[in-house]
Amino acid sequence: MKKKNAENKKILLSHGSGGAAMSALVKEMMIDKFDNPTLRRLSDSAVLPPSGNKQLCFTTDSYVINPIFFPGGDIGSLAVNGTVNDLSVMGAKPLYISCSLIIEEGLDMDILDKITTSMEKTSKKANVQIVTGDTKVVERGSADKIFINTAGIGIIQKNTILSTKRIKNGDKIIINGEIGAHGLAVMSKRENFKTNIKSDCASLWGIIETMLSAGGIKFMRDPTRGGVATVLCEIAEQSGFGIQIKEETLPIHDNVSSFSEILGLDPLYIANEGKVIAIVAKDKASSILARMKTNPLGKEASIIGEITKKNKGRVVLETIIGGKRIIDRLTGDQLPRIC
Amino acid sequence: MCLAVPMKLIKIEGNEGIVELSGVKKEISLTLLKDVKIGDYLIIHAGFAIEKLNEEEAKKTLAIWEEIGNL
Amino acid sequence: MKYITEYRNKDLSHKIANRINNLLKGYKGKISLMEVCGTHTYSIFHSGIMSLLSKEIEHLSGPGCPVCVTPNKYIDTAIAYSHLPDVIITTFGDMIKVPGSTSSLEKEKASGSNVKIIYSPLESLKIAKKNPDKKIVFLGVGFETTAPLVASTILSAKDENIKNFFVLSGHKLIPPAMTALLERKEIKIDGFMCPGHVSAIIGEKPYLSIVKKYGIPSVIIGFEPIDLLEGIEMLIKQITVKKTASLENQYKRVVRKEGNEKALSLINKVFDVKDSPWRGLGLLSKSGLSIKKAYAKFDAETNIVCEIEKTKEHPECLCGEVLCGTKRPYDCTLFAKTCSPENPVGPCMVSSEGTCAAYYKFKK
Repeated sequence: MKKKNAENKKILLSHGSGGAAMSALVKEMMIDKFDNPTLRRLSDSAVLPPSGNKQLCFTTDSYVINPIFFPGGDIGSLAVNGTVNDLSVMGAKPLYISCSLIIEEGLDMDILDKITTSMEKTSKKANVQIVTGDTKVVERGSADKIFINTAGIGIIQKNTILSTKRIKNGDKIIINGEIGAHGLAVMSKRENFKTNIKSDCASLWGIIETMLSAGGIKFMRDPTRGGVATVLCEIAEQSGFGIQIKEETLPIHDNVSSFSEILGLDPLYIANEGKVIAIVAKDKASSILARMKTNPLGKEASIIGEITKKNKGRVVLETIIGGKRIIDRLTGDQLPRIC
Repeated sequence: MCLAVPMKLIKIEGNEGIVELSGVKKEISLTLLKDVKIGDYLIIHAGFAIEKLNEEEAKKTLAIWEEIGNL
Repeated sequence: MKYITEYRNKDLSHKIANRINNLLKGYKGKISLMEVCGTHTYSIFHSGIMSLLSKEIEHLSGPGCPVCVTPNKYIDTAIAYSHLPDVIITTFGDMIKVPGSTSSLEKEKASGSNVKIIYSPLESLKIAKKNPDKKIVFLGVGFETTAPLVASTILSAKDENIKNFFVLSGHKLIPPAMTALLERKEIKIDGFMCPGHVSAIIGEKPYLSIVKKYGIPSVIIGFEPIDLLEGIEMLIKQITVKKTASLENQYKRVVRKEGNEKALSLINKVFDVKDSPWRGLGLLSKSGLSIKKAYAKFDAETNIVCEIEKTKEHPECLCGEVLCGTKRPYDCTLFAKTCSPENPVGPCMVSSEGTCAAYYKFKK
């Protein structure tokens, strides 16, 4: 049977070869959308304004998610917010992002268009500029549709020192809202379930800036891959203190809870993309919480536990019925199970 | 091998049904049950309904427990 | 979440736990309660109920996890099939990391084998229809809860005339395993926590002869914290107060006395009962399911021919004894050293309910 000719415009190898096709693609898909003076100079490297004696923060991450579109987000919004958040949790105001694309030959042009538009909208909302980038096209089969790397630069705010070394016995643990939505939103597409679960993919700088203004923040981390449990295990190990959390204080929406039950997954280990865990001084916890609740990303903020001298290096959960169990790291991804 | 969850039956389409729990919906097979109706709570295991939850029995025990709880 | 959250009430949990502990006041010695269901193992640890109960109660995890009891040969066979260029293996997520003699499906997937993780066996049929030039081999593991699903899937394949769908049957039956455990006098079992969803299929009858012959208190129990506590209370009452052995049903909202007759008839239609090898228990008489001749064209073993590596067992792996409750994970020289969740030697470390994995994660 004769194969039908390709109907939609597709990315071809020539789009990555450095010639006219590539220039046109980069202009239409990125320069015109991300649109800022630094980018428009089209220099080999972005020259950034001086930052005086301020401390810079620099991060990078690559995004290979499948499916590339999921309820509440896509690989583009994820690539911007993920890097923005990695800077934000260090107390650094995110400013500049780079955007590197590796595109599989044959990807629909429409899809690239949607992704870069999403990156443009997301970066505007996060108040960051995409100032430099790169585009490569690889042969069909050498990449899964599109991979994106973003690197980011931010400036650490005055008097902000965030470190596990500052953590003390009695400090409280706060999270800004409900857990497990992102990982399950992605999974719902893969497993053919109909749910109203949307990824929580969002830029955290706004709410973090509000939290920092209260003072008393010792350490922050965003619980992405591996979820809340993994971040808490890392903090316990690095600080040398124990962590006690209460299952009944964990903000989990019913639909997330239910979907996790059906697949046999634990929400504590599911990825989030718009959540921050903060270790805060005991006497500041209430005021930080109150400030968080004034922010759209903090309406369900909750104190979920505290730092203890007991069970050093371990995370202990008080279960919903008042029993106790140890929360440990996972090995590899959680998989849906029957048993 | 026992992971199964009670979900409410909201639609029947021949041997298949759609069940729902807190807004999560899934098409499942009804081939292991007879006499199900919309509104029944079914125990769902790996995409199949393996039993119908006996709501009368459940309510009986829940009532007893409520009594214990109030003691 | 209706009919779920009601069974997670904190106050009620404490009340029942206190009642259990009161029954044990002055009791001399330990009471060993064995559960033979991986989901029970998980639920017990996840809810933390043992931390509410007196130390007199010892919780033993028996061979109730299909992953844990699946012998190396089954995994080796699945891996051998996965090497064939026209085969797609479909499997529940539970099996993907289970080590066989030298490898696992996860490792083979990374090396190029086509292995798909699915939520329901019916997805295998969809994959079979989408890939008519491939052979789709579904790994049929699980006990009586899962066997009827696979039987139904085979019947659907027959009705839809699907020619490229096969099942490698590794299904096993719980009551023969319970009998085998009770025959081993070195294992001290004072009561059985019978698996709630297996019982939903088989009903009460298969347990009655076991309870009568061995005088073992047995309760069919659900999976929520209140179910577990209520079931344990019923067992403790039998042991310390009534001092008689009987079969009781705590999970009445799901388990009917006669079980699910339709599901049982589907199992009987598609499967024969056969002797089956269990990790740790050896070959147990009439304890497994094989596909009937009438459905032979769906049987992977008779339709897919290839060389399978010679089965090897790790000499120091104590999974068998751990499964039977004669040894604890700590007794194994490999536990938490050579054998860990990252690098499991035996299946007890792989499954989230595998005894060793549970110990590693929750107790350490």
